[in-house]
Amino acid sequence: MPTSDVLIRARGLTKKFGSAVAVAGIDFDLHRGEAFGFLGPNGAGKSSTMRMIGCVSPPSGGELTILGMDPLTDGPAIRSRLGVVPQEDTLDVELTVRENMLIYGRYFGLPRAVIAERTAQLLDFVQLTDRAGDEVEPLSGGMKRRLTIARSLISEPDILLLDEPTTGLDPQARHVVWDRLFRLKQRGVTLVLTTHYMDEAEQLCDRLVVMDAGKIAAEGSPRALISQYSTPEVLELRFDPSEHEVAADKLAGAPAERIEVLADRILLYVQNGDTALAAVRALGVEPATSLVRRSTLEDVFLRLTGRQLED
Amino acid sequence: MAGSRAATPAVSRPGAPGAQGGRPGPSPGAPAGAALALRELRFWLTNYRRTWKGTIYSSVASPVLYLGAMGLGLGRLVDRHGTSALGGVSYLMFLAPGLLAAMAMQTAVGECTYPVFGSVKWLKTYQAAAATPLRPGDIFRGHLLFVTLRLAMNCAIFVAIMAAFGAARSAWVLAALPAGVLTGLAFATPLMGWAVTRTKDTSFSVVFRFGMIPLFLFSGTFFPVTRLPGWLRPLAYITPLWHGVALSRSLTLGSATLGMSLVHIGYLAVMAAIGFATSAWCYRRRLYV
Repeated sequence: MPTSDVLIRARGLTKKFGSAVAVAGIDFDLHRGEAFGFLGPNGAGKSSTMRMIGCVSPPSGGELTILGMDPLTDGPAIRSRLGVVPQEDTLDVELTVRENMLIYGRYFGLPRAVIAERTAQLLDFVQLTDRAGDEVEPLSGGMKRRLTIARSLISEPDILLLDEPTTGLDPQARHVVWDRLFRLKQRGVTLVLTTHYMDEAEQLCDRLVVMDAGKIAAEGSPRALISQYSTPEVLELRFDPSEHEVAADKLAGAPAERIEVLADRILLYVQNGDTALAAVRALGVEPATSLVRRSTLEDVFLRLTGRQLED
Repeated sequence: MAGSRAATPAVSRPGAPGAQGGRPGPSPGAPAGAALALRELRFWLTNYRRTWKGTIYSSVASPVLYLGAMGLGLGRLVDRHGTSALGGVSYLMFLAPGLLAAMAMQTAVGECTYPVFGSVKWLKTYQAAAATPLRPGDIFRGHLLFVTLRLAMNCAIFVAIMAAFGAARSAWVLAALPAGVLTGLAFATPLMGWAVTRTKDTSFSVVFRFGMIPLFLFSGTFFPVTRLPGWLRPLAYITPLWHGVALSRSLTLGSATLGMSLVHIGYLAVMAAIGFATSAWCYRRRLYV
């Protein structure tokens, strides 16, 4: 890819808060038109990275170039070309939907007529046209999120930054947000998002990095990550609680690339689930239930970041 | 998707004309500081359109109640015993310009504590602005401009009410207006930086009770500080409100001297300037984490 298409370039990017290291020297390139995700558990450094990209958090070390500019000296110029959907809503809940769009458009120095035209288009896009004159306060969480997305687009940004865009939303509201983001992606808008939802990352991201403890643990497309860090299929076995441990011991010799013993089930990472199940039975182990499924990003994620809580 | 139309929001597309390193359509760019601060001012003005009626009510009611109860009511008693200690003017004439400065302080404290703290802690509208071309300093200066307008508005209302009460002896009363605004700014600029860096709002009531109210009562607003015990007087002289009260009163009553006026103005201006510099730094520290 030609270098002019690299919109964000980070090398050894670091963020420290006192002695705590939030981002421990990461490298990545963001290309024009792609949907790029930061995936990781809470406290992995995703939001700190996003805030550095958003030019509201000076890096503690390393290099960061955004749209060919330096965030330390060109913050206003860079931010004039970014759209930001923060983790927590920053809408003015005392104003109406339309007034929020107006205020935000003015922050970017847009003329009133331009703001009015774009507001009409964008509210239609996020399905809030009939709430345009309503106060923001009583809107649902999903509506507020959609308004925040519409607001972030008022300046026609080159890059849209979304920090956990669907955290806290119910399943219906999440799907509406995903649908809108997918449409933006189809139109070629460059998206950068953080998430700890695997389905969100799998649906939206062309490429993603898995972050853990401030570092990048893996990078690639969802499909490439699955083939690199997991097996094509996973065999999930459940046993009667009294037989669980015995079965786990017996399965140690099963032909699997990796076996994970959880409290309620045993996971066998294998090339072919049906073949593996037959092999398990040949060992004289009869599970209460068995399930063969494809590997998901969640398997990759849990393998890379572990099942233990970080904090 | 139910109800959705193939709406085309205006967002940049790869390969679109002018998309290379820029964007199609109007290019707002990133103008210099003053224009950015004005955008924050416009935000506050838009916001104020919703609340102005309530604020007008208190801007009018407060002076009317104080001038009525203290100026006329208490004043009748005071005047009966001679007002040489007040400079030979009626108590109403003495009280009104001082009260103007004291109310400017109250306006500043009101506008620069909860509204500032709420913008960064509850509504997060400061953070919303910080994600746009505006820098923390622009957000601070824009909000300060709005506070200045509110101070000017309240002082103007106060002067009008003074005139209605017959407490405006000459056109010099108009000089009390900038004196009041300056007094308010001396409190506003440091308070904004202090408020924006608070993590909890509990310290605000401490400021109200142990800062604002003692200043209000003992800075010469209601009686000359020469009536304070000797050891307490120097304390009154170093408080900013005393300088505001003295400036406003001396200008209004025509007793101002150039030297003392410069001392008062200098004191208040230095305080406002120090607050201006430190608060811009506080905003940056709070919004750029």
